[in-house]
Amino acid sequence: MNMTDMTAVQLSAAIRAGETTAVEATEAVLARIEEEDKKYNCYVTVDREGALARAKEVQAQIEAGDLVGPLAGVPVALKDNLCTQGLLTTCSSKILHNFVPTYTAEAVRNLIRAGAVILGKTNMDEFAMGSTTETSAFGPTKNPRNAEHVPGGSSGGSAAAVAAGECVYAIGSDTGGSIRQPASYCGVVGMKPTYGTVSRYGLIAYGSSLDQIGPLTKDVTDCAAVLEVLASHDEKDSTSVTRDDTDFTSALTEDVEGLRIGVPNDYLGEGLDEEVKTAVLQAAEVLEKKGAMVERFDLSLVEYAIPAYYTIAAAEASSNLERFDGVKYGYRTEEYAGLHNMYKKSRSEGFGEEVKRRIMLGSFVLSSGYYDAYYLKALKVKALIKKAFDEAFAKYDIILGPVAPTTAPKLGESLADPIRMYLGDIYTIAVNLAGLPGISVPCGQDSKGLPIGLQMIGDCFQEKKLIRAAYTYELCQKKR
Amino acid sequence: MYKEYETVIGLEVHVELATRTKIFCGCSTAFGAEPNTQTCPVCTGMPGSLPVLNRQVLEYAIAVGLATNCDITRYSKFDRKNYFYPDNPQNYQISQLYLPICRNGGVEIETAGGGVKTVGIHEIHMEEDAGKLIHDEWEDCSLVDYNRSGVPLIEIVSEPDMRSAEEVIAYLEKLRLVIQYLGASDCKLQEGSMRADVNLSVREMGTKAFGTRTEMKNLNSFKAITRAIEGERERQIELIEAGESVVQETRRWDDARGESYAMRSKEDAQDYRYFPDPDLTPVSVSDKMLDEIRARQPEFRTEKMKRYKEEFDIPAYDIEIITGEKPLADIFEATVALGSQPKKVSNWLMGETLRLMKEREKDASDLCFSPENLAKLIALTDAKVINSSVAKEVFEVMFEKDIDPEKYVEEKGLKTVNDEGALKKTVEDVIAANPQSVEDYRNGKEKAIGFLVGQTMKAMKGKADPGAVNRMLKELL
Repeated sequence: MNMTDMTAVQLSAAIRAGETTAVEATEAVLARIEEEDKKYNCYVTVDREGALARAKEVQAQIEAGDLVGPLAGVPVALKDNLCTQGLLTTCSSKILHNFVPTYTAEAVRNLIRAGAVILGKTNMDEFAMGSTTETSAFGPTKNPRNAEHVPGGSSGGSAAAVAAGECVYAIGSDTGGSIRQPASYCGVVGMKPTYGTVSRYGLIAYGSSLDQIGPLTKDVTDCAAVLEVLASHDEKDSTSVTRDDTDFTSALTEDVEGLRIGVPNDYLGEGLDEEVKTAVLQAAEVLEKKGAMVERFDLSLVEYAIPAYYTIAAAEASSNLERFDGVKYGYRTEEYAGLHNMYKKSRSEGFGEEVKRRIMLGSFVLSSGYYDAYYLKALKVKALIKKAFDEAFAKYDIILGPVAPTTAPKLGESLADPIRMYLGDIYTIAVNLAGLPGISVPCGQDSKGLPIGLQMIGDCFQEKKLIRAAYTYELCQKKR
Repeated sequence: MYKEYETVIGLEVHVELATRTKIFCGCSTAFGAEPNTQTCPVCTGMPGSLPVLNRQVLEYAIAVGLATNCDITRYSKFDRKNYFYPDNPQNYQISQLYLPICRNGGVEIETAGGGVKTVGIHEIHMEEDAGKLIHDEWEDCSLVDYNRSGVPLIEIVSEPDMRSAEEVIAYLEKLRLVIQYLGASDCKLQEGSMRADVNLSVREMGTKAFGTRTEMKNLNSFKAITRAIEGERERQIELIEAGESVVQETRRWDDARGESYAMRSKEDAQDYRYFPDPDLTPVSVSDKMLDEIRARQPEFRTEKMKRYKEEFDIPAYDIEIITGEKPLADIFEATVALGSQPKKVSNWLMGETLRLMKEREKDASDLCFSPENLAKLIALTDAKVINSSVAKEVFEVMFEKDIDPEKYVEEKGLKTVNDEGALKKTVEDVIAANPQSVEDYRNGKEKAIGFLVGQTMKAMKGKADPGAVNRMLKELL
């Protein structure tokens, strides 16, 4: 039994059947991390002792019949922006290099209740700002499919850890594509749920109105199982939604008969790599052959998504990141003269380039005299984009397209040109602006052998349709 | 000839709401706890924490808005006010700028001439308080106590409708009473649960345009407010008369020195970069909620004064004093409801209660004796179980600690002695021991009997009924 190749659902079944134990599984994954992580740098922190102690505890609970769920005893990796009590949580930033939270994020508590074994914290773009995991203060993560390439971002460490078998599944966060895009680059499944489905309590905020936590997994079955555990109404998060349809695994059926799929022409235009385009259209054909109705249409407004997104996300981030000031926790500069000098030096030394760029951008668009011209206008664009999606979902159950215009770029290629990096988010960002669910499923690879991701977008609260379509597609791929 | 100037004043009043828990988390708001013991990830600005609005804060804010004739904003929002300071753990304060909960209200105040004028209320918004900085001079460092961080506040912003310190005090008194009657705050200026910032400008009498205004902070008493207003008026007039101009700035009042000094001017005013807080959902106020709050509104002072006048036979002055402090009115009504005679209750409040409050520097909200025990004390006096001086002595104890006067009188043996035999024996002893006074009385000196009564009371350790002693003495002489 090669436990590092098993999915979460397979592994937990094996543990419950007594074929292996949570401890053995954890040891196997820790050994893989030991072997591989020097190459890929997926983790900021590996909690070896904590994971083994936890595995023992969980194993006992499984044997006692107290834990019966499909994640019990399965080792998981958490993006390093999820607060974990007593375990270093850095957001891959120097400013939080020594920050140990006093409490655990609600989504992580849900995983713990389901019997998860936490392996450690994965690398990310600093404060989730970036698309390559290269803005991390702790060095870039490399793509396990080809270590000369980036894993995507900002949940690059989580996606790479799943792809490298350095965890069985991982948790990420998605503000503008940060789960779906690295999932696509690393050839794994990633899902961003409807805004409000997973509690944000304990997720260190980037863009509060856009952030959602979600799974990165080896297949669609795991994706549904993990999302089912993550989702919950939380009174501690005012934006949390009460849902009674979070039994996502019930949607794991091979059935797309009559499903109406719209493919936006806007998602197939200029800038899209030909190989990616071909793979995505082939995937649409697969679903069509299984009985879905596929149609091209014009979504419109796509070109406005990027400026609106970078205005709103940066504005919120500029305020959200004010609390990192060297006063209460985290990095404080060595020498300073007075309070303001301490603030300035701590923040100048503690934040990286990309974070500073977005703080400046966000502060600018909120400043007196520019608020109406930028921030308010961006909010209006956001509302219009939501309206465009509403109209599309009156006609279609699912919108299908690529996750990103290209496959994973080489390390170092993106940072030099931030505008180009921002443009890479074109297909994922509108989903966050509209609060919609979106899934990224592998749909082949390019001529260099790099994975290509298929994105499917649903209307609010329609995750089950996405899971059904993704599951059906995945089965067809396996049969091929 | 001197020009005549008019003072134009508007107030920003912060009121700390009397909720048990903070505005965005479940931490206690109790005063006086050890530093940083009433804190959690939310009110210390820990990464990843999120605010959730305390419904009671919204209800209080709406109740104050209704009582001050405001329009209630049915779709209101919270905004972030961004500024860096260590007492502000997130480095932004959650407040309301764009859509405050109440707008366009006003209250009536009495003016010096006996007339009535309306002071407009521009808006009332909800916000969170900051923590407290403590500068440790020994260690040359500063410490922060976040117990107060997240305590709910409302800020009541008036229109520039006041023209004198008297009007400002009348307006503040009006607000204090309305809010106190609602139970939304105890409104203590000294303790900071009510804080007023004064915006003041002067203009030549008859002109329409406003002069340049300054904002005065750190006003901790009505006296300080009056002095600060007078001082600032003088300062501005002197500047204008000297041909200089008033600078728009924030000034800090130093009450000990009786002068203010500039804190910051408009030029270095910060850009707070207000924007809607994405962590909080908009607040919708339903008809039902509004109706419920309206139905719960208490009887306010004006109505209460009117009712007292009709229902109780007590002097107008007593009514004014008693209704001037909600706790006094509450004790008064509850004690009367227990069957005590209104005039007697009023006497206890107007007399001993006010005297002890002044002597011991207590507020009406600090009063601890219960109406039940006050009623018992009155009953004990009525039944002549104790005499009035013993009653005062018992009341002093009740004032400090709400004891049961019946038990106390019993335990301490303070009952008036009604034993005729014992009284007669004592009176006989007193007559025998004071032949001179007896002689004087018999010779027609009526006053001499007073001395003999006093001697008897002393011998009986105060536990006799002075009337009965008087009668007994006259009988035996």
